[in-house]
Amino acid sequence: MQLARVTGTVVATVKAPGLEGVKLLVIQPLDRSLKPAGGQLVAADAIHMAGPGELVYFVAAREAAQAMPDPFVPVDHAIVGIVDALTVAPEVEP
Amino acid sequence: MKLGRVVGTVVSTINAPAFDERTLLLCDLLDPDGRPTGGYTIAVDTVGAGAGETVLLLDEGNSARQVLSAPGAPIRTLVVGIVDAVEEEPAPQAQPGGPA
Repeated sequence: MQLARVTGTVVATVKAPGLEGVKLLVIQPLDRSLKPAGGQLVAADAIHMAGPGELVYFVAAREAAQAMPDPFVPVDHAIVGIVDALTVAPEVEP
Repeated sequence: MKLGRVVGTVVSTINAPAFDERTLLLCDLLDPDGRPTGGYTIAVDTVGAGAGETVLLLDEGNSARQVLSAPGAPIRTLVVGIVDAVEEEPAPQAQPGGPA
């Protein structure tokens, strides 16, 4: 799992079967110092609570679809949690 | 599996149900010499590892779900061991007169 910041929403009315009712968000993956790392992605919101500006963590690949109510959906990135606090031990700061 | 070093924790109250009661550890990825590779991952703890420890990371979904006895959980990466030592054979040296 990786950290990401939600940067926007995606609205799509014509979707593959199984994606009806799935909320899609644009996310920017982050490194562990919370700096952007790599390109933005569209991820399904498996917790139905994330919104723009929030710090979240997401899963990729097969596990993304496992996070959805129907695990056989065409989803390859899914937000599975909102980060309340990130504690990095001072002695292991980069 | 991969080597990592625990650098912190991720606290989350709003999450997928599979993550309830689980500890998430922020881990830097290491090469066999213990140097950070620059990558990191968030892993579910199964051994009680803490910050600063070198750990063994399992990064495969079916194995992870089997270890947790949680079929269907959207979890792929686990901390499955605390590493005491890593020993490597020295790289083989070319023998004089031997095959190149």
